[in-house]
Amino acid sequence: MRTLRYREALREAMIEEMERDDRVFLMGEEVGHYQGAYKVSEGMLERFGPRRVIDTPIAESGFAGIGVGAAMVGLRPIIEFMTWNFSAVAFDQILNGAAKVRQMSGGQFSCPIVFRGPNGSARQVGSQHSHSMEHFYATVPGLKVVAPSTPADAKGLMKAAIRDDNPVLFMESETLYSVKGEVPDDLDALEIGKASVVRAGQHCTIVTYSRMTHLALEAATTLAAEGIEVEIVDLRSLRPLDEDTVVRSVKKTHRCVVVHEGWPYGGVGAEVADRVQRLAFDWLDAPILRVTQLDVPMPYNARLEQEVLPQPERIVATVKRVVTRGRG
Amino acid sequence: MSDPPPPTSSVEAPTPEHLTGLYRQMRLIRRLEEEAARAYAQGKIGGFLHLYIGQEAVAVGACAALQPTDYVVTTYRDHGVAIAKGMSARAMMAELYGKRTGCSSGLGGSMHMFDAKTNMLGGHGIVGAHIPLAAGAAFASKYRADGRVTLCFYGEGAVSIGGFHEGVSLAALWKLPIVFICENNEYSMGTPLSRSMSVEDTSLKALGYGVERDRFFADDVSLVEQRIGAAVRRAREESQPTVIEVRTYRFRGHSMSDPARYRTATEVEDHKVRDPLLRAHQALVAAVGAERVTSLDAEVEAEVADAVQFAEDSPEPDASLLEPTTYTGPFAA
Repeated sequence: MRTLRYREALREAMIEEMERDDRVFLMGEEVGHYQGAYKVSEGMLERFGPRRVIDTPIAESGFAGIGVGAAMVGLRPIIEFMTWNFSAVAFDQILNGAAKVRQMSGGQFSCPIVFRGPNGSARQVGSQHSHSMEHFYATVPGLKVVAPSTPADAKGLMKAAIRDDNPVLFMESETLYSVKGEVPDDLDALEIGKASVVRAGQHCTIVTYSRMTHLALEAATTLAAEGIEVEIVDLRSLRPLDEDTVVRSVKKTHRCVVVHEGWPYGGVGAEVADRVQRLAFDWLDAPILRVTQLDVPMPYNARLEQEVLPQPERIVATVKRVVTRGRG
Repeated sequence: MSDPPPPTSSVEAPTPEHLTGLYRQMRLIRRLEEEAARAYAQGKIGGFLHLYIGQEAVAVGACAALQPTDYVVTTYRDHGVAIAKGMSARAMMAELYGKRTGCSSGLGGSMHMFDAKTNMLGGHGIVGAHIPLAAGAAFASKYRADGRVTLCFYGEGAVSIGGFHEGVSLAALWKLPIVFICENNEYSMGTPLSRSMSVEDTSLKALGYGVERDRFFADDVSLVEQRIGAAVRRAREESQPTVIEVRTYRFRGHSMSDPARYRTATEVEDHKVRDPLLRAHQALVAAVGAERVTSLDAEVEAEVADAVQFAEDSPEPDASLLEPTTYTGPFAA
């Protein structure tokens, strides 16, 4: 077991997969000579050369499309978006290319591609650079969407994403890149689509993923001091969604709060709420509540940004509302 | 700026056998499209139907310059390109009918003809978006050094959208083995080029990207083959892209729902006089005699009739096809 930072775990996964398969290459803005905008690909150009670590101009639609075409004819591209915000100009290549090629060709062509990069809020980067893009992409059949919270999951899921024969959208986080965690020496690819129960408890289930998992753990400590034990389910994968693990937990705790970045209208939280009420209605003792970003574009001001984002305090208050309901 | 001069290298005159092949494909595409229009009017084909009638010399001439292993990517006006690349008439017609035996199992339809066997990487429905995708196929060829060339077709209407520019820009930067072929049929749906672009010649866009360009009329299929052939050689031997504008004309509307009121009947008739199929017919009659051409036409008629019958008789796709074509391998949503 070693301790790695999240970015190092991602890098290790890419290096290991590139060493075992020549079809895998990394392409994106600043991934090579600059060593990665967030240093995820540091040293990879020196290791693999410019054939396989490819700097691109600022042309997301262009290089996302190049990735899709290369994947259709048998390569396995890893396309880095400097941030997922910029994938918006390549949305069509993902929506109409990567996700559709298999079905509209009657299954003749697959698209084994990984799109990856940091997602969600960073720190005071304003409204155009703070998007939680997973909510848009998770609605699209043909795509897989993963959002790991720990270095070990980041490594195992990245290896799985690269080996997957489908397009996998890999949501990282600028604020997670320096987070450290233990990574088993012999960690192989993890199965995409399996949630992880990261804290056991009996009073309420918190369903979350990515950076919010860490905030939920913080909230859990506060709640435990008041005698409320929450169970935290880290989804890890948003599509496919491991509803079995979520439902099993809710059947045990009878209460559910969903926590994520991004807006409250629709999205992953709404999807989880729909599934829980359908699959565990008779076990629920309170309405399912969500803790999300407020329904406004992200402000620059530091204090306002924190107010808009989910905070441990808001998670604590929401869990208390859910837990006290029905207890007279 | 004047059109670029033709390539200086001498080209051997096509043999009668070669001319026969070119004519036969053009004739096959024309007749299949006419039958598709008929079936559409009968309600047997749904959705959009963009016919290739009038433009046959472009796809047939261009694909004649290719090896079977080369890739082709095109827009939603794709039936003719698929046939020119070697896809069967049955696979095309059955796809239009939405049948299980269609090239895309009835899941793609008119705009999405894919055929892995002949390296037809699809008809794509979003204008310009397939241009980077085509550059991706060429990128893969360079990455693997497999010697393949990719042809990417698009209409002049696509030259205004970002996908064209990003695709050509990256192909030029990375010297990808690809030929970009603008089929300038003068109308982007109902809008003439004069109202959609600041220059008349779309191949001029090549100048900004530092790649070779060419521009010519598609009246003579053999000329198309020669000129595209020069660009294909440049792609294969020097790994350099070329931007080409082929000037052509569609005799029908943009799609079946378009009565084409934005142009006059006289204009259409003027273009029909220089119908490339007619020209290929005359050239072939001169080369092999009218009798041989008549029997060739009969062969084509039989092939078209067979394709229509095959499409009529084929089964519908089953819903069991939907999940395995959405994801490869097991998936639990």
